[in-house]
Amino acid sequence: MFIHLKNVSYTYNLNMPFETEALKSINLKIDKGEFIGIIGHTGCGKTTLLQLLNGLLEPTEGQILIDSIDIHKNKQKLREIRKKIGLAFQYPENQFFEETISKEIAFGPKNIGISDIELEQRIKRSLKMVDLDYSLYKDRSPFSLSGGEMRRAAIASILAIDPEIIILDEPTASLDPQSCYKLLSVIVNLYQKYNRTIIMVSHNMEIISELTKRIIVMEKGRVIMDDTPRNIFKYSIQKLESIGLSLPQITYTMYKLKKIGKPVSSAILTVEEAKDEILRLVKKR
Amino acid sequence: MAVILIIIAIFLVKSWSGLVIIGAYLFINIFLAKVHPKFVLKGIQPLIVILLFTLLIHFFTTQGEIIYRIWVLNITREGIQRGLFIAVRLFYLILSTSWLTLTTSPISLTDGIERLLSFLKIFKVPAHEIAMMMTIALRFIPTLMEETEKITKAQIARGADFESGNFIKRIQNFLPIIIPLFINAFQRADELSIAMEARCYRGGEDRTHYRQLLITNTDYIFFIITLIILIGSYLLII
Repeated sequence: MFIHLKNVSYTYNLNMPFETEALKSINLKIDKGEFIGIIGHTGCGKTTLLQLLNGLLEPTEGQILIDSIDIHKNKQKLREIRKKIGLAFQYPENQFFEETISKEIAFGPKNIGISDIELEQRIKRSLKMVDLDYSLYKDRSPFSLSGGEMRRAAIASILAIDPEIIILDEPTASLDPQSCYKLLSVIVNLYQKYNRTIIMVSHNMEIISELTKRIIVMEKGRVIMDDTPRNIFKYSIQKLESIGLSLPQITYTMYKLKKIGKPVSSAILTVEEAKDEILRLVKKR
Repeated sequence: MAVILIIIAIFLVKSWSGLVIIGAYLFINIFLAKVHPKFVLKGIQPLIVILLFTLLIHFFTTQGEIIYRIWVLNITREGIQRGLFIAVRLFYLILSTSWLTLTTSPISLTDGIERLLSFLKIFKVPAHEIAMMMTIALRFIPTLMEETEKITKAQIARGADFESGNFIKRIQNFLPIIIPLFINAFQRADELSIAMEARCYRGGEDRTHYRQLLITNTDYIFFIITLIILIGSYLLII
């Protein structure tokens, strides 16, 4: 068990007139090597949860154990934890401040005391991980990049700390379809080729259902479902819709086919699966 | 308006009895405005240091009858009196301004300022533009604060350390927060001006208001009561 949340609650503005409870007794276990998608309506506590995982917020109640160590018992441990868990906020390119991309990426590793010799290696490697060419990009200003490149450079700056777990808060927000596709292939690569654990928040059901291996559904500060994408989209259509979420379009299509009496499976997540299922149906005739 | 009068009064009052009257009047008003006492207290909290500082400065620097000596510092009777007096004045000042900002929305506040400044238009003072800039500035304070927090968190997530190191190091450590903050603020200002332009914004002359500020009878009554209390407390000499 790598990350373990025990009865974690978080309240903003504790003991103030504006007190709001963002998370209510969350219990969660996350292993190494998982690919998790977190979905939920706006304001359900997703971002708060991500910040708790990284130790940026301290839970008002409960414990967060990482490698069976309570991360808030010891402040020194907290920095160690942040080396292991990289967090990319929404619009991570908003934190750029350096003149060149290589300096920007060097910020993280320098902070954790990486030597100059290793630094260049790290920059090269993290740029490669996000599929940006080192020699072409290292001296360019981060502000001269396109939206998609900026996003990937920002993620590279987090990868440079060499985290085992990468948390992404809506990585594809406001990207054009092509950059979005590119970024997703980078994320899949991080998971498959570089064996990183990925925790990702997204509002796009197609992305979540196709990529992730486990989905956590949140509502009003609680985890209400935690299962494989197939199980979640198979059994909980009404429940998901009642909390303002939708299914992937293709799942809807198959669901409707089934409703009008076609013998297809409704637990379909990708267009590819749907194609096979429909072909099977046609061939049977 | 009345708050400005009160502030003027706070500066004018010379006697203790006057101070007590104004204080009572302020507290009654705050009570009537149904402001949560916690908010008022929170507004005063950061200024306690300044209050204590003025108190001490006056204790030690005023000439007069010496009642206590610490090393080269003399505490005088007059010093204590004047120190307390100034501190209470400052306290009222903070109290009255926070009362104003807690009860009045920034928009009506700037509208009011525009109205008050409008007589300056004869001297070509751009009252409307000043009011508009104030509105925008007030509007973006919470946004900027939110953003500072977000950037700080993002940089901490990248291993930044804002707690250790000496003074110069610490200032350097803040660059990764300040630079993105400025870049985003400039971008936002740019977008805002374009958005205003796109909606054909033209300030100043002949511009009407969506919300009309009306001076009602209550306002006049309040104004007169305040004026009476002020003159009264000013005239009290004991």
